[in-house]
Amino acid sequence: MTNGAYNETNADLLNIEMQLLMEAIFLRYGYDFRNYSKAHIRRRVLHHLSMSLIPNVTMLLDRILRDRDFFSNFLDDLSINVTEMFRDPEFYKSLKYNIIPKLKTYAYFKVWHAGCSTGEEVYSIAILLKEEGLLDRCQIYATDFNRKVLETAKEGVYQKSDIEQYDKNYVLSGGSGKLSDYYKSRYGSVIFDKNLSSKVVFADHNLVTDNVFAEVNMILCRNVLIYFEKNLQDRVIGLFYKSLVPGGILCLGTKESIKFSGYENLFEVVDEKQKIYKRKIL
Amino acid sequence: MNYKAIVIGTSFGGLEALKIILPGLGKEFPVPVIIVLHIGDHSNDTFINYMNSICPLKVTEAENNEEIKPGHIYFAPPNYHLLIEPDFTFSLSTEEKYNYSRPSIDILFESAAWAYSKNLIGIILSGANSDGAYGLKLIKEFGGMTLVQNPCSATSPTMPRAALKMVLPEYRLKLEDIAVKLVELTNG
Repeated sequence: MTNGAYNETNADLLNIEMQLLMEAIFLRYGYDFRNYSKAHIRRRVLHHLSMSLIPNVTMLLDRILRDRDFFSNFLDDLSINVTEMFRDPEFYKSLKYNIIPKLKTYAYFKVWHAGCSTGEEVYSIAILLKEEGLLDRCQIYATDFNRKVLETAKEGVYQKSDIEQYDKNYVLSGGSGKLSDYYKSRYGSVIFDKNLSSKVVFADHNLVTDNVFAEVNMILCRNVLIYFEKNLQDRVIGLFYKSLVPGGILCLGTKESIKFSGYENLFEVVDEKQKIYKRKIL
Repeated sequence: MNYKAIVIGTSFGGLEALKIILPGLGKEFPVPVIIVLHIGDHSNDTFINYMNSICPLKVTEAENNEEIKPGHIYFAPPNYHLLIEPDFTFSLSTEEKYNYSRPSIDILFESAAWAYSKNLIGIILSGANSDGAYGLKLIKEFGGMTLVQNPCSATSPTMPRAALKMVLPEYRLKLEDIAVKLVELTNG
């Protein structure tokens, strides 16, 4: 977990090297981790050092600058791609009771799933919309900065061993059918019905460096902001505000909030606990 | 030594141990206390309310970006890792379980050691796995103070024993002596 090259006597050195590394990655590849939470990034970098047997961050930096494939693997290590279907079932339940009735009044609407990772929650939303008869009336944009995870999301193939947990979540979320109606088992995997992703566009978008790309009725961005420092969080909430139509819905992770972001007064709270907000109609 | 924070890791038997230690710190206790208690995916609300009713210090769940302040006892939220940033704020992470745990004691202790170095006290209490042993070792390497509950007085001795295997702590105490020692250590 920690590399032997670093201890209390050179903690300052590590801070300098980390700062140089983040600048180098930004200048060379355009990925901006400079305002990610420091403790988190340090942990990932030290982990990568011990796995790749590179003695210190300066030597890691050298390799990253010169070896694009190596950087690509390093990038995977920096992003957290732990997710599950119907994660926080109470959130989906709240969506069903508080938001779906409103979506039913629209002839057509757009949803942006920002930081969708490997797509488990995209398929969860698609299932919810399908069960409510809304899937054909919507367009879902599912974005992430990591192209590798987007490929997995597009395929919709997941490990069979995870399905038991997903099924439990689905039932708790108030699903009206059976989760097994939506996938086929194949060897150790399950593959989700292509019909579910027929309304989804998977695209490369970086919340840190890219801008508004569409006006949407609902945004889901769950457990992404926790990895950002406060200023960056505020900037991204601003990006969401600009991307939502008046009256549009913003859904964050249960430990994230628009409180103290500077945008607090521009949203109404729909569900405080599940972190569902509505852009005010001014 | 001028201690700036205390981190505590515990699992099975932890609630009972904390019920004895935390009220004993008194309302003038000068440093923040940050705790990982493994309780599975259930909400913390019930026992945080209970702890508030028996502790003179303010007991809350640690929030993302929150500034860490004296006079507070913070618990890691269930199903998130809790980390301490170099600017003494909290951050959360949903990365993989570590030592089969999320929150993981090791992850909290490691980030705390980097943030507070020698101005930190690390404590391992009753628990049923070995999470926290590595983190406690790191706290000691950074010059911090380490304290382990005497396994003989622990509901579940596995966690204190695992810690003792990796670290020779400054203190190895019975449950009822821990609060008194902490008050003594933090009063300069």
